[in-house]
Formats: sequence, C-alpha cells, structure tokens
Amino acid sequence: MPGMPPTREIAVVAFGQTDHLRTTDELSEVEMLMPVLHEVLDRTGLRTSDIGFTCSGSSDYLAGRAFSFTMALDGVGAWPPISESHVEMDGAWALYEAWIKLLTGEADTALVYSYGKSSPGSVRDVLTRQLDPYYVAPLWPDSVALAALQAQALIDAGDTDERALAGVAARSRTAAADNPHAQLSGARPPGEYVVRPLRTGDCPPVGDGAAAVILAAGDRARDLCERPAWIRGIDHRIEAHSLGVRDLTDSPSTRLAAERAGAFERPVDTAELHAPFSSQEVVLRKALRLDDTVNVNPSGGALSANPVMAAGLIRIGEAAARIHRGDSDRALAHATSGPCLQQNLVAVLEGDPR
Amino acid sequence: MPEVLKAPLVLEFPFTRSLGPVQSAFLTGLRERVVLGVKTADGRTLVPPVEYDPVTAEEIRDLVEVAPTGTVTTWAWNPAPRRGQPLQEQFAWVLVKLDGADTALLHVLDAPGPDAVHTGMRVRIRWAAERSGAITDIACFEPYDGSQAPQLTGHDGPFEEMVTGIVAPARLDYTYGPGRAQSAYINSLAEQRTVGERCPSCRKVYVPPRGACPTCGVATAEQVEVGPRGTVTTYCIVNIKAKNLDIEVPYVYAHIALDGADLALHGRIAGIPYDQVRMGLRVEPVWTEGGRYPDHYRPTGEPDADYETYKELL
Repeated sequence: MPGMPPTREIAVVAFGQTDHLRTTDELSEVEMLMPVLHEVLDRTGLRTSDIGFTCSGSSDYLAGRAFSFTMALDGVGAWPPISESHVEMDGAWALYEAWIKLLTGEADTALVYSYGKSSPGSVRDVLTRQLDPYYVAPLWPDSVALAALQAQALIDAGDTDERALAGVAARSRTAAADNPHAQLSGARPPGEYVVRPLRTGDCPPVGDGAAAVILAAGDRARDLCERPAWIRGIDHRIEAHSLGVRDLTDSPSTRLAAERAGAFERPVDTAELHAPFSSQEVVLRKALRLDDTVNVNPSGGALSANPVMAAGLIRIGEAAARIHRGDSDRALAHATSGPCLQQNLVAVLEGDPR
Repeated sequence: MPEVLKAPLVLEFPFTRSLGPVQSAFLTGLRERVVLGVKTADGRTLVPPVEYDPVTAEEIRDLVEVAPTGTVTTWAWNPAPRRGQPLQEQFAWVLVKLDGADTALLHVLDAPGPDAVHTGMRVRIRWAAERSGAITDIACFEPYDGSQAPQLTGHDGPFEEMVTGIVAPARLDYTYGPGRAQSAYINSLAEQRTVGERCPSCRKVYVPPRGACPTCGVATAEQVEVGPRGTVTTYCIVNIKAKNLDIEVPYVYAHIALDGADLALHGRIAGIPYDQVRMGLRVEPVWTEGGRYPDHYRPTGEPDADYETYKELL
C-alpha cells in the first residue's frame, strides 16, 4: 500500500556533480566539493544565508580522514551558524532527511551534498568494516566477493548469465558516452574475473567525486527552476543484515520502498538505478517491475561512475536533471547502501505537464 | 603546481566487542567443535544464530545443535586472496546451509579450482587447530563425500568457561593526501616560512589554510606570508606528561596569533618560566636542525601586545 501523499510540494531545483576521477591527489575533500556547491547555488541564485537547511552524507573511512565532514562544512560557509546535519550514509539519505525537514515546514530550501574519495584507500577492504563484526567482518569478505555471491545465486536461479551481465555493463558505458562527468564511458571488453562470476566489466570503477542538490518547496521551487522535479514520494527500507537469511536474487526492501513512494501508481519513463555491479541491476529491474519501455540509467549509472557516498544522490540528481531538461516527465531514482543491496531508497519525481 | 604531499597512513584498531548470550554460546561452541543454531518461534533454525528474530524482532534464546556438514547455496571463486581473508591460496567464498539449519553461513571453501565447486555441493567444516571462540575457529569448509555420518552431541548451549567477548583486529592502509592548500603550507614550513591564505571575500588570512574560508564558503588561494613573530592570545599549563613525548612538565601550550594572521595557531612556549607566560606575550618560533615545523616559540623581549590588538583573535 502506498504511503500518505506528501503534504507539501517539494522539488529538486538544481543538481551538480564533479567529474569523477580515479585520483584527485591535489584536492582535499573540501577542495573537491566546493565547486559543486557553488554550481548549484549559482544555478538558483541562492546564497548560503538563503538556505534553510543543509544536510550531507559521507564516510571518514573512505579516505581515512577523521572528521572530514566538519572540514567539508568550510566549503558551505557555515558561519554565522547554519541549521545543519550529516549522515554517515550515501547523500540520498541526506536528501531524505532534508525532504522530511521541508515537509515539516521548518524550512523552504535545503542544500544536500555528498562526496567520497576512495583513491587514498582500498575501498574493497574499507567496505568490509560495515559488516557484522562478530561473524562476518573477521573473514574480510570484500565488496566484490559479496556481490559475486549474489551474481552466482542469480545465475543459478536462471535470472541471468555472464553474457547478459556483460550486456548490462556495455549498455551502461555506452550510455555514459553522453555524460561528461563519467569516469568510464564507451563499451569495453568484459575483462578478467575479479571474483568469479564477476569480471572487471561487471564492477564499478573506483574513484573520487562529489554531488550537490538544492530542494525547494512550493512557489519557491517555481521561482528557482523553470521545470522543478517534484518529489512525489521517497521511502527507504532495509533487509535482514545476515546475508544467509536473505534471498539474494530478490530485493523485497526495494519493492516495498517503491510501493510506499508511489512508484507503481503510474508507469515511469526513466529509472536511475544505483547498481554498482551489473548483477544488481537484474535484481532491481525485477523488484521494480521495469520493462523495456523504461529508459534505465541513461547517465551510465554506477558502472560508469561510483563515487561511494555520492553515487546514490547522483541517481536522484540525474533523474531530476532529465525532468528539468524536459527529457522525462516521471522518473524513479534508487539508491543503495551495504552489501548485496542491503538497504534501498526509492524516490519518484515528476515534472509539471508541458 | 608545487609538490602535492602524500604519505602512508595506517589505521589499526583491536576492537574489543562483548557478546550477547546467543553469540557467546555460538562462538564458545565453535571453540568446542560444536555448531549451534537458534530456533525462531515459527520453528526455523538460524545459523549463524542471532539474538533477535530478523522477521519479528522477538528475543530468541532456544539453542540447538546442527551438523558440521552442509550444502553450498551460492559461491564465488576468489583468484586473488586479500589480507585478512581465511585462506592464503585461491579459494571459493561460499554460503553454506548446514544440515539442520534453515539459513546459510558465510565462509570460505578450500577447493582445487572453480571447476570443483558448484551450488548444491556437499561440504563440511575443517576446524582450525587452535580455537579461541571466533568465527575463524572454522578454518574453512572442504568438499565432503557424505560417507561418514556426523556425530551430534545434542548440545543446547551451556559450556564450561563461556566466551564473553572477542578482539577483532582491524587494519586499513591509506595513502594520505592533505590537498593543495595544506601541502603548500607544509612545504613552506619546511623552508621555515609560515604561509597562510587570504579569503577573496572577507580578506581574512587563515593559518594554517584548509583551502576554504569557513565563513564565506569560497576557495582561498592568495598566499600570504605571516609572522614570524606573534602574540599569545590564550594559553594553558600542561601538568601531565604525554605518552612518547619527551617534554618536562609543567609546560605551556598556547594559542599564538602570528603577525598578519586572522586565526591563531597553537604551539608550545619555552624559554620563560611556565608561570610567567601571559596573554599578550610576544613570541617567535624556534626551529631545530632539519625540523619541518617550529619546535616551540620563545619570548622576543618586546613589550606585551595591547589587548585591543588581539581581542578578535581569542
């Protein structure tokens, strides 16, 4: 059953992202982030002092940099003190918090940003530290290994095969040719096995990047943006944390979040899915009942650029940007967190009729 | 562009974690080569066992022994083991549903190659020679032809000397980079110069610079040499010796506003008895041979600065 319809009209009115790069040695996190903050502020003509609420998402473990989110605030201009919050999650969840804040009426505009610098560390190993510390983390199962277990389960179930997975990867990177920010664009050979059955091509590139979004309510949104991307619903749900309890070939949490966000009420024309591994797109298409009429990941998706902690927010931003440009009228955006699509967020965005 | 600095950084912690009663029984069981699951209200047996039912959130405590043999439910071949993983040679990651369990356990399988592994294959636990009450007491799984029926003891949880906690070492290696602004600052310090950056909007000079003006939210880029002399804006007297620091206590640690800077940095004050340090004291840096930053600051002998000149920098 869908959730209650939002009580206040709230839209994404601006989106910006960095070029996503394998390394950004010359930039600290705030130096990487600041240009996209300025980009979304400039696009709307807002200044920091005009923003009602600021919320960010990031993880200090990625770059091994303690309190990096407080340093990142330097780029916002947080003095005199602003109303601000942070989640140790992908920026899509920061956007969710900001959306709730606007729904309460406590603010009319919000700045949401997130960033991730994976280049200083080894993200495959860093992500093992988010796992169950008693039974799982001591085995150091890296992110590719866990995704590969899910991919094999899908192959065993007859949901996909290696060739179809290579097709997902090729389609994504071909689409990314039109995305100047993508780290990988243009189809390429599937490559060697990283952890079988996943090959290099099935895995996301490792890199650094940042993204920012501005939300606004009602007439404020109409003033700031020619065609606001109205948020019709957002919901997020989580699976049981033990991998062996889950059916890895399905994503009930995604389906439930989509239902609560109103995704199934009418067809969408576009879906931006946060599927870092090719096999995860197979799971999400099934959970979200997406058929061939839906344009899936026209940006190239996370297989083309996966700045950890920002890639989910970028899905919402890309979906909104297509509505802003008139390329979409109703779009679904999905973000994920944790191993094997553990936690999933679904947002439904619409443009006014043209 | 001048040299951007990088340095190796290791983050390493021995996480000490206490266990709930179900986790305690499970890990103690592994030490004794007994595998325990936990029963849910609807009659399923969860292995590895958890403290709360993942569906109903009900507290569950009913422990039951399951077999050390089981069936692979999915697998993935790892051609290049990484640090910390259970086997040094290539192996398969597996989810194994042990006989008697309704859920699967994540571990690794020792097999000669990917062609020897398939979903549905029978496997059994290979126990570690030395066991302490940890998931790694299972060294790995190995293929099992099913000829010997496993001996179950019917164990239901209590053991002598229960394991109540684990120590889980964690290590992550990084190549740390401070970015453009801080690299420039550190490189200048190596030449015994202190160089801040000016905000193009409010004109404040930040030392050390972090690349952005926290008030205006814009990039700082214009480099401004400050000091070398400065004023103590505030201070404290340190009476406890820090570990691995060879400085006699008591000593004074102070905020110092270098001449031309709009932000005080901190440093140690020496060359004056600790109880004579005061706000407004004029100081200068003392460099040691080959040091990349001032060892400490000492009085210049100038008259104290007027409070009005540094009150905004407190």
